[in-house]
Amino acid sequence: MAEATIRFRVNGRDVAVTAPPFRRLLDVLREDLGLTGSKEGCGEGECGSCSVVINGELVNSCIVPVIQSEGAEITTVEALAETPIGAAVQKAFMEHGGAQCGICTPGMIVAAAWVAEHRAYGSDLRDMLAGNLCRCTGYDLIIASVDAAIASLDIGKSRE
Amino acid sequence: MLSSQIYRLPPQRVLLRGPLRFPDIPWYNRCPMNDGELTPPIPRLDGHDKVTGRAQYVDDIQMPGMLHGATIRSTIARGRITGITFDPALDWSGFTIVTAADIPGKNEVLLLTKDQPFLADGYVRHHSEPILLLAHEDREMLRRAAMAITISYAEEPPCLDVRQALRPEFRQHGDDNTFHAIDIIKGDVDAGFESADLILDETYETGAQEQAYIEPQGMIARPAPDGGGVEIFGSLQCPYYVVKAVTHLLGIPAGELRVVQTTTGGGFGGKEEYPSIVAGHAALLALKSRRPVKLVYDRHEDILATTKRHPSITRVKAGVTLDGKLTALEIDLLLDGGAYVTLTPVVLSRASLHASGPYAVPDITIRARARLTNTPPHGAFRGFGAPQSIFALERHMDRLAVRLGLSPLEFRRRNYLKVGATMATGQIVRDDIDMHTLATTVYDRLGGAEREAELAAANALSPSKRSALGFAAFYHGAGFTGSGEERLASQVAARLTDEGAVEILSSNTEIGQGTITIFSIIAAKALGLDPSEIRVAPPDTARVPDSGPTVASRTAMVVGYLVQQAALDLAAKLAGKLSDELRTVSAESLRGEAFRRAAGQAVEHGWKVLGRSRYEKPAFVQWDETTYRGDAYATYAWAVYGCEVEVDTRTFEVNVTRFVANQDVGGVLHATLAVGQIQGGVVQGLGWALCEQVIYKDGAVRNTALSTYVIPTFVDVPPIEVLFAETPYEFGPMGAKGIGELPMDGPAPAVLNAIAKALGVEPEQVPCRPEYLMMLADAAAPVGGTRG
Amino acid sequence: MRGILSAIEASRPRSMDDLLDHIANTRAPRLIAGGTDVMVQLEAGGQEEGESFLDLTALASDLRYHRLDEDSLEIGALATFRDTRQRNDIVAAFPLLEASARTIGATQIQTRGTWAGNIANGSPAADGVAALLAYDAEVVLMSRQGRRTTPLCGFFSGYKKMDIGPGEFLAAIRLPRAKPDRLQEFWKVGTRRAQAITKVGLTINWRADGSWRIVGTSLAPFVTRYDGLERLFGQFGDHPGRLDADQQAAAVATAVQADLKPIDDIRSTADYRRRVVINLLCDAASRLHQT
Repeated sequence: MAEATIRFRVNGRDVAVTAPPFRRLLDVLREDLGLTGSKEGCGEGECGSCSVVINGELVNSCIVPVIQSEGAEITTVEALAETPIGAAVQKAFMEHGGAQCGICTPGMIVAAAWVAEHRAYGSDLRDMLAGNLCRCTGYDLIIASVDAAIASLDIGKSRE
Repeated sequence: MLSSQIYRLPPQRVLLRGPLRFPDIPWYNRCPMNDGELTPPIPRLDGHDKVTGRAQYVDDIQMPGMLHGATIRSTIARGRITGITFDPALDWSGFTIVTAADIPGKNEVLLLTKDQPFLADGYVRHHSEPILLLAHEDREMLRRAAMAITISYAEEPPCLDVRQALRPEFRQHGDDNTFHAIDIIKGDVDAGFESADLILDETYETGAQEQAYIEPQGMIARPAPDGGGVEIFGSLQCPYYVVKAVTHLLGIPAGELRVVQTTTGGGFGGKEEYPSIVAGHAALLALKSRRPVKLVYDRHEDILATTKRHPSITRVKAGVTLDGKLTALEIDLLLDGGAYVTLTPVVLSRASLHASGPYAVPDITIRARARLTNTPPHGAFRGFGAPQSIFALERHMDRLAVRLGLSPLEFRRRNYLKVGATMATGQIVRDDIDMHTLATTVYDRLGGAEREAELAAANALSPSKRSALGFAAFYHGAGFTGSGEERLASQVAARLTDEGAVEILSSNTEIGQGTITIFSIIAAKALGLDPSEIRVAPPDTARVPDSGPTVASRTAMVVGYLVQQAALDLAAKLAGKLSDELRTVSAESLRGEAFRRAAGQAVEHGWKVLGRSRYEKPAFVQWDETTYRGDAYATYAWAVYGCEVEVDTRTFEVNVTRFVANQDVGGVLHATLAVGQIQGGVVQGLGWALCEQVIYKDGAVRNTALSTYVIPTFVDVPPIEVLFAETPYEFGPMGAKGIGELPMDGPAPAVLNAIAKALGVEPEQVPCRPEYLMMLADAAAPVGGTRG
Repeated sequence: MRGILSAIEASRPRSMDDLLDHIANTRAPRLIAGGTDVMVQLEAGGQEEGESFLDLTALASDLRYHRLDEDSLEIGALATFRDTRQRNDIVAAFPLLEASARTIGATQIQTRGTWAGNIANGSPAADGVAALLAYDAEVVLMSRQGRRTTPLCGFFSGYKKMDIGPGEFLAAIRLPRAKPDRLQEFWKVGTRRAQAITKVGLTINWRADGSWRIVGTSLAPFVTRYDGLERLFGQFGDHPGRLDADQQAAAVATAVQADLKPIDDIRSTADYRRRVVINLLCDAASRLHQT
């Protein structure tokens, strides 16, 4: 199979990768670009550990063929500390028990930061984060962490 | 003799920690051995690397020249291997191929026994048993190769039902496939039944459960750079288990094998013994290829091949008097061990030692057996047998209460163990615990009698919703069973680094539960320092002593105590040095600023200062392994859990709407971590209770994906309200007892008891799925009563 | 065993012309939009020899749209579940779309998964298809020869078998707008509450004209409307009070036994599925009785 050269932006950096078109974006990020923050937990879009943001949408990178990334703007966990929301979520996870073993954490934090930014009035955090599995926490302290992050950003005022 | 040593404490206090409201939760730490300072818990010390994605898990690590490994597995449950063919159409030159014939040492997974081979040698006992190993530079080539290998078999009949394990045609282990047998006898159970007014005899079953750590198993092995021996890096709970098993496999001395834990993405027991096999496989490939080899399972392979919780069948026969006192308990416990022994005997031990629950019963007989089946071996999983036997007893307790016309908590109240009471093994309860206060607190948090009346009224009105409260009372023994800790003789060291910081050296692993943070807090407290001044060395067998495995709820309590002792010994050694050089210094005075100054002097003078500690059995612990008499565990955590459930009688879906977990775990070392342990364990228990089912066909797991083996998501569970009472244990650091496994024990019986009450049926198995409940409701309902 | 993704041929057309040429000239091409089903199947080793893929995602300006006017809603082939959930006007007009979309996977699936893909994947458990069927959706098929519109009901003829001709692709879905419906229910019984594959699903729509749509999920080789049940409920609706609750229940049970042939599989049992449908239908019928 002929490989294709696919160009896109990751965390604000232009990249070009030469890869088979259906190589998983997750593998391209981890193996070709060295961005190992995104994890593989299930390989079927079920656990959310590989969550990244593509063109403003929260997706599972294990079920995105890299051909679909052509021209896209991708954000991974590695760039989150540089955004106010990402940094707030990371800090809150450390302080409120949102991370235990940490393997779901990068995907969870990408999702949480996205949810903090995108949720509509009245939307439920548990519902919006249900695409991320965690086997350690029982979820409450993740919700506590996201709540704390939102409170610290003063963006949760319309809620409750 | 034992009763003279009862340790008495002031009446216990229950500290309410819920409902959890963040971020302004009132944290406190009020154990009398723990200063009672109102300090908020520190952020977890490994948190930063985890939240930024920098933490290096095994699959994140690349090494120059590294190959990928793959495992070729059996496709039948039992039989002789008659041939292995490699498709000549594939170019095999780039592959490293390992068979049993390549094993330099013994083809035995050295654990409790040696029955399990690393690679099947002519005979397989279960589906997905490893037969061949491959390594190649390209992972996809390994998938092609797997398709190009054909293994033929002469099949033999597999035992797929543990009840049939005794049949001669299935004989594969010992005389009758029995892996282990335990009898615990207290008094005369027949006499106990004689004095009973009512006897109830029922059988309960629990299914296999997958640990479902989100990071699958994985190891990297490489020939040691200096030429001698092998180095192993990977996801694991017990570095020295790997050393023991892999040196036996490779026929090398322990000094030639270095095992380093990488950041580990969850274990739950699943990374207790199985990593030894992955490590052995990776090591064989690395030795043969002379290259680093990474062997990381994908989810499919992990669920297909690795150990699960033991399925169980438990018959409980109980005698009670009409005034609600238990007179006799006869329990027959049968565990399905799977195809090899693994840790089954100790799982059986813990199951039997928890089978009679937190109740004072005059006459008890417990007969526990574990037998072979031809499914992949079952192994360690949080709770380690206790959830199975506790489930059976606690369901039975509710049924007895109904027969007696007592509320579940009132019936339990009349039977709880109290300080000075005698347990099944003859152990005298030393903890001054008050189970009934734990229970009434839970009941009150759930709304008590008022809530029960509300639910009854709502049930009468609703065409399709039935709600009720349910409870479970239980204890969990902390640390290794019986004389296990004595045999382990764990060691911990604390040293001054070249910068004057304190470094803790132990082989206990951080697997998410907070080992690094907890050890730092304990050492800091001992030395009057800040936790940030403590370093916890990464578990690397080239550097750390063997402080035992990270299992059995022992890390904080047993090893944490050793951390405390090692830190104090370090202070004493430092004081000794100062005394030599300058003046007489007491170890006790060397805390805080004084310690820092002394450490500074040590750095100046280039002193190497090392504190050590080694496990010593508390004097009161007496245990006889042969008779199963005595102190099964040095101490216990005690708990009562309660919940409210709502069952939809159209679909029989169960919604757990409230959950309260109240426990006495001794001193709480770090409130956030402790709450996280309880909540995570409860949710894992809710999964086991309601939705997690391993489906086998012909001995092979069929649901090998997280879409088909379903664990709870955010929306499947309610907020878990956590409460602690803190009756300290004098040999735990700051009074702490074990906490990790406890929360796995209570959810299944509490939820099924609530379901039983809501629907008026008697569920006897977990997972308690809607299909099963519908069947039970049908059997209970009048003809044509399909509409609930 | 995982699939070998590097062996997969794929191209990414940049214009509708380009796409239609590709479809016309490629032997049995498979289309991929959000990929939430396709990628999972491929990773599980589900590809066939010589299969090639056309990726639609470069055509968002042509295919990612909702058009809501007085007569109808048209959903473009690349419109995702999340796109729909974001549109309050559409959610108000077609509440079953929201009710089904919110149960499909979770956020990460809803941002990628499309209604068209939900149809084209042909799963018996397709929650979105159930909602579309309840609104009398039509599928718009495009080819070099032009556009063809065909009812979604009747589009499937067997497990993953559907009425797409050579050179055609599923370009859009059209839903006629009707007067507000009288009773709408979307029930999904899954293996859990989110990220769940449907064990048994039932979607009900009592239309303003008194007719019924009763759609079952995970009960047959494809998502199916049940005519017999629809007729029965038509009678219930037309003649309120003629049958009491028990008589209605008996009639429902008889009709379900006759029309539904679910199977035992890894997720549930035939008996459970049939019985849940009966119970949910009886629930709906009893509420009819009350009103």
